[in-house]
Order: sequence, then C-alpha cells, then structure tokens
Amino acid sequence: MIDVSDLRKVYRDRGREVVALGGVDLRVRQGEIFGVLGQSGAGKSTLLRCVNLLERPTAGTVSVAGQELTALGEAELRRARQRIGMIHQHFALLSSRTVAGNVAFPLEVMGAGRAERGRRVAELLELVGLADKAGAYPGQLSGGQKQRVGIARALAGNPSVLLSDEATSALDPGTTQSILALLKTLNRELGLTVLLITHEMHVVKGVCDSVAVMRDGLVEESGGITELIARPGSRLAAELFPLPEPEPGNVTITFTGRADEPVVSEVVRKFDVDVSILGGALEEVAGVSVGRLRVRLDGGERAAALGYLAERGLLVEVAA
Amino acid sequence: MTWEEMSPLLWEATGQTAQMVVWSTLFTVLSGLPLGVALVVTDRGGLLPSRPLNAVLGMIVNVGRSLPFIVLMIAVIPLTRLIVGTTIGTFAAVVPLTLGAAPFFARLVETALREVGRDTVQAAQAMGAGRWTIVGKVLLPEARSGLVAGLTVTVVALISYSAMAGVIGGGGLGDLAIRYGYQRFETTLMVVTVIVLIVLVQLVQTLGDAVARRLARR
Repeated sequence: MIDVSDLRKVYRDRGREVVALGGVDLRVRQGEIFGVLGQSGAGKSTLLRCVNLLERPTAGTVSVAGQELTALGEAELRRARQRIGMIHQHFALLSSRTVAGNVAFPLEVMGAGRAERGRRVAELLELVGLADKAGAYPGQLSGGQKQRVGIARALAGNPSVLLSDEATSALDPGTTQSILALLKTLNRELGLTVLLITHEMHVVKGVCDSVAVMRDGLVEESGGITELIARPGSRLAAELFPLPEPEPGNVTITFTGRADEPVVSEVVRKFDVDVSILGGALEEVAGVSVGRLRVRLDGGERAAALGYLAERGLLVEVAA
Repeated sequence: MTWEEMSPLLWEATGQTAQMVVWSTLFTVLSGLPLGVALVVTDRGGLLPSRPLNAVLGMIVNVGRSLPFIVLMIAVIPLTRLIVGTTIGTFAAVVPLTLGAAPFFARLVETALREVGRDTVQAAQAMGAGRWTIVGKVLLPEARSGLVAGLTVTVVALISYSAMAGVIGGGGLGDLAIRYGYQRFETTLMVVTVIVLIVLVQLVQTLGDAVARRLARR
C-alpha cells in the first residue's frame, strides 16, 4: 500500500549538509498498522512527511496505493493527498472554525457541495464519538477530543491510508489508549492502512502489526512485530525488555506465546544444569504474550541444554 | 469664542477628519493586506517563496515606513495631483495618508499571519489544499483577531496623521487646533479639539479591542 524505496533527504544548512534520511526502504501492506519507532532526531518524522511529500525527498521514490507520488505534478499531487489522511501531534486544527467546520475543511478543498458536506461531517463525527460537539470550538475541547476531530478530518476524503505523526505524544496515558483503540477499530472496520511514527514503545506494542526501528536516518530492522522480536540481536526486543547488559556466558531466552510450557525445569532435569535467573519480563505484544528470560546456565551438559532449548523453538542468545 | 461660534467649526473639522480616516483606512486595507500577505507568502519557507520579490517588497515597505509623515505628504504631491487631480483639500490628503499607513499596516498583517502555526498550514497542505485556499481559508481566518488588532492600531495612527493634513489644506481637527487654538490663542477651542480627538481614539480602540477579543477563539 505504501512503498518507499531508497529514500534520502539531505538538508543544507549554511553550507553544511545534514543527512536526515540515508536511504530508507519501507513496505507497508494493505490493511496493516505499521509503526516506525525511533528517538527524536532518528529521522522518522522526516520519513513520514516524505510519504505525502510535505517534504520533497532529495532522492528515492514514494508510492501510495499504486501511485508514484514522487512523479506527480503539483495539481495531481494535491488530488493524491486528498486520499491520504494525516493526523498530527498538536492536532493542527483551525481555531477559528467549529468542530464541524474543521471536519468540513477537507471536503471544501475537494469541492464537495454544502449538502454533501453536512451529511459527511455528521457521519464522521458520529464515527469518532463527537456528534454532540459539532458546534464547539477546538479551544473548548480536551486533547483527546481534539485528536478525535483530527481523525474525523483525516477520514473525510475516504482515504486508503492514514499517516499519524506522533498523534498520541501530547496526550495522557488514558487518552492515548482510547485514541489507539479508535485507530485499531478504524483499521479493522474500514480496512484503513495506518503508518504511524512514535517514540513510545507502548504504542507499537499496543496496536502495530509491523514495525521499523529507526536510528540516525536509517531503518535498523523492520518486519512483523512478533517475528522481529524472535530474531537474534533484535533491537526491538532489546527496547521492549530493558534487561541489564549481559555478562559473558549469560543466556537470553526469548519465547512467544508458550509461557506455560515447563522448559526450564525440563532442561534442569534432562541435562543436569544449574539455572540461575538474572532477570526477565513478560509483555503482551500484538495480542501475543512474549517473554524474555536472562539466565546463567552452569555445569552438566550445558551445550546440549542450549541446543535443546533452541530445538523447542525458543530464541537462545549467548552473550560473548 | 462662544459655544455657538465653536460648534460649526468643530462639526466641520470632525467631518473632515472622519472622511480622511474612513477613505484612507479603506485604501490602506485594500493595499496593505495584499502586501502583508505577499510578504509572508514570498518569504523563505512560505507558500510561494521568492527571494528577490520578498526583498523588493520588504524594501518598499521599509522606505514607506522610514519617511516622517509630514515629509511624505509633501514629497508625494506630484503623485497626488496625478491621482486626485488636485493637491489640496480633504481628498488630496487621502493619498499621502494611504501611502503612509499601508506599509505600516502591511507589517502588522505580516506579524499577525506569522502567528498562525506552521503545523496548521502544513495540515492544510497535507489535505491537498492549494496556496490560495490556504491563504483564504487558513491564514486570514486564523489570524483575524490579530488582523483586527492591527487595523485598530492603524486607524489610530491615521487619526494622528490626519492632524497634519492641514499643511496641504486637508482640514480636520488637527488643522482646527493649529489655526484657532495655536495661532489665534483660542485656548478653549484647543482644549475641546483635543478632547474630541481623545474620545475618537478611545472609541476606535475600544471597538477594535472588543471585536478582536470576540474573534479570538482560544
């Protein structure tokens, strides 16, 4: 649905070059929620703004819904943008317009008639649960309500894709959850493809099907979220389970969805090893429970024990 | 001077001042508003960036702002003749008044438009809005409270400028104060004229503040 290929963005600032994106590839499949995770300055915001060409990339191509945006002229690009919704960290609502007026704005841009606008606005406000706030001004709303207006506005053009620029970062935890739940519902019920950027792990954990981890303008790893966590040396897993640095010889075991199997006691019995637990955590990710255990394994048939764990489908990493 | 003697003089002068201010306000808005919009739009990172155009517009505005009004009024006499056909009288004063106030108002428009958040403008771009839609439906409506505040300051400045219009026979309250109050030692008339001017400015400012406050929806 969204295809980004070898995207580069270089800013020139008083003769100095700053590389914001150093060649990024991204594939977002139809109907999934794709999260881009990274610290501020990692380039994720630039990446998102390159997807609807709010920023012109220095090189590379962007395609949305089969249309190569980077090849379009200005008028065509404006039309294409009407089919790409976007929500913003600070909502970016028009303070001089009512809630209904804000949602009507993109419809005016598209040239919809007055009657159609009225009908669509009512529908959209119903969808985000703000039907009773149509006549209110943004200044009278809470943060969560403002973001709901933002979402209604973004959906006005029946977009196939929704871009979310840190949409929950300015919200408190409870409101964040309700906005994420709304995004999930829209994703499921409207088949909306969502590309969101965030610096918050719990956003990725809560709603994303796939994720890309960004650092210094590059994608470090990307893929399905559970698959990614089960990959050796995964940065995502390291961020998800903030265990202390392992000492040489420490074993890290990652398991998905099989927390109830008594593998550790089996290993102890079968291979006569001593297991000391150094740390561990269990997380619910994309509806699956994922755990990570840091242990020290001594004595007995250590190598065979590690082999057995790997055979059981667990990710076993031994610190060098 | 008795009240009966002062009254017609005051009425006439107030009428002339009102005439000069109303007309020049109209022309100031008509020229200053587009100029202010152009300053913002052509600026770096604006909707239609153009360095040379921005530099030229900026210079025009600065030249207009750096001339003392009394000098400007004399300096543009040839232009006034060209436009109005005469160089004396109330209407002749409208030309220099507009030329003096438009650059001033343009800067205030520029400041007000810059107050509109960058992310608001980008949100509109992300929705596929074109430049002129953004100017007309985002920048100007979002800045309307600041624009009204700027207009209020400009009208007050015009009232003050118009007091100098006597120099080119424009009449008005300032002219009355100088001719009778100062040159003929009519202290009472001078005091009354000053009071009328104060009341006028107060009215404009209070009205402008009220409208600006009503329009600010934050």
